Amino acid sequence: MKTEQYRIIEKSSFNDFINSLIASQKVIGPVYKGFNNYSFEGIKSAQEMSLNYIPTIIPPKKYFMPQKETILEFDTKETLHVEPVSEYEELILFGVHTCDIAGLRCLNVVLSDEPKDISYLIRKRYITIIGLECNAYCDEYASCSFVGAHVPTTGYDLMFTDLGDYFIVHIHSSKGMDIVKQANIFKPADNYDFEALKALRGKKDRIFNNEVPTERRYLPDLIDRSWNASVWKELEQKCLGCGNCTSVCPTCYCFDIKEDVDFTLKAGQRYRVWFSCQLDPFAKVAGGIDFRRERSARQRHRFYRKFRYHIDRYGMFFCTGCGRCSRTCMAKINLKEVLTALIKESETKIWRKWL
Amino acid sequence: MEKVVIKKSPYNVKKARIIDIKQLTEKEKLFRVILEDNSWLDYEPGQFIMVSLMGIGEIPISICSSPLNRDYFEICVRAVGKVTESMHRLNVGEIIGIRGPYGKGFPIRMIEAHDLLIIAGGLGVAPLRSLILYAIDNRRDFGEIHILFGCKTPEELLFSDEIEEWGRRLDLHFACTVDRADPDWKGNIGLITSLIPGVDIDPIRTYAAVVGPPIMYKFVIKELLAKGLPVDQILLSFERHMKCGMGKCGRCQIQNLYCCKDGPVFTFKEIMDMAEAL
Repeated sequence: MKTEQYRIIEKSSFNDFINSLIASQKVIGPVYKGFNNYSFEGIKSAQEMSLNYIPTIIPPKKYFMPQKETILEFDTKETLHVEPVSEYEELILFGVHTCDIAGLRCLNVVLSDEPKDISYLIRKRYITIIGLECNAYCDEYASCSFVGAHVPTTGYDLMFTDLGDYFIVHIHSSKGMDIVKQANIFKPADNYDFEALKALRGKKDRIFNNEVPTERRYLPDLIDRSWNASVWKELEQKCLGCGNCTSVCPTCYCFDIKEDVDFTLKAGQRYRVWFSCQLDPFAKVAGGIDFRRERSARQRHRFYRKFRYHIDRYGMFFCTGCGRCSRTCMAKINLKEVLTALIKESETKIWRKWL
Repeated sequence: MEKVVIKKSPYNVKKARIIDIKQLTEKEKLFRVILEDNSWLDYEPGQFIMVSLMGIGEIPISICSSPLNRDYFEICVRAVGKVTESMHRLNVGEIIGIRGPYGKGFPIRMIEAHDLLIIAGGLGVAPLRSLILYAIDNRRDFGEIHILFGCKTPEELLFSDEIEEWGRRLDLHFACTVDRADPDWKGNIGLITSLIPGVDIDPIRTYAAVVGPPIMYKFVIKELLAKGLPVDQILLSFERHMKCGMGKCGRCQIQNLYCCKDGPVFTFKEIMDMAEAL
């Protein structure tokens, strides 16, 4: 732990800090929307933010990979003229939880894989990420400890940790350092503060327990054995096929490409828009054959995408334990319960072999 | 929101000019295309390109000409959807957008020095035509070449004049069948699987390349295995609705494989245990 990388800021001067950020740049923060819903939105003053928030409806991926994004502009009036474009905005995201930072890490890995998604890489460069550590669970849907996303590791410029009367701030990049220097309200951290941070992390180890009754490293094998599990058939009965779970997922990035033309029918844009493996035309080909027709196959595909397929390709789980899919599901399909049911079913099968 | 032009965007399209259109059947047309900047599309048999009609859409289409032909390339388009039907209304001289080529084609280096058994069902002959023409151009590098071709009716027979020529060649074994026909049809009648037992091949030194409608694969593979072909010498090309062609959009995913990046040509060994593949 390098002491120079840490600063503290009193809660009494916190609002001044945020307002000074707002004065110089567009700042995005968690805003309360009623009925226990929160949303990342542009803020005009520090008071608009709710720091004690549960994961927002849509994760901050909406700023990195917008729901609808123009990729080409074309004009066919005289001859075909095509211009590939990228849209970006300089932003500061404040108060991003570690689960959502883990989600952005997943997007980074996929979209910087060859061939690189240049729009995404440009947009990412203009966004500053200021994290906010969770000292306790947001609610019963979270499973961040299972995937190891409950403590800050990487992926942020600054990380704020609440230590009662003040925040301890970890500076993780030169971009973060510039913000700290410019604000000129941060004080150096001393040993007392480090002890307090260590004590907090120790307490967190006791609060955050593995939420799924198996170890993370056993999960890929378990999923491998679960292709024909009866759990999927139960999901077939429950799932409404609305695609909410994938829209709110911080690691879902599947998309469709569509286009719009203006009144002349000669010029327009081609755009990329979020799509979902849970929806009907996703796996359809010409002639009407659908390679995942049943909702059970689509739900299985979702779980395999999160916990199995990307292990082979990118060496990581594509679940951050944020709990959004379970929180938003109208049919109350719960990710932790599904995994637990898969574990139970697989155990029974193994025992039967021995008996 | 700021906006920048990024010429290097992977979604950028190259302008291509249609220089010839040939009506093959009622529903299929063959488009001969050149790139406007006179560059050469460097592709392998079995690869595909994304074809754009600006304002209408973009679709994946396999290239069906020989990669050794540097003057132009060809795509065979069946009118089944919005983009393909609009394509059929295009005239010679009009401009389309192209990006690619994408995907893994037929493993030519492995096939060379082996015998080749090509099994094409319906429109599946399009990607295979690229392989056939390549093999004809490089005839001495291949062993025996067998071509089996099947379609629903004689009217749907694609590339019928070329097929006649393939049938006359002494260095190719060619057989063709239709599911049903008028009494004046002189060729075979029956499913393509009925041709396989009669083919005289040495299964150990033969690669089979199979492309056709999804329903065809299961039955053809069964016959090929019965013939004794090793599982890694059966090559299949899959149809999925690729949107990006770069292993990102997720539309063409077959378990942990992306049809656009890891395929569209797979060996049977790669996908034999995979549900959702066939």
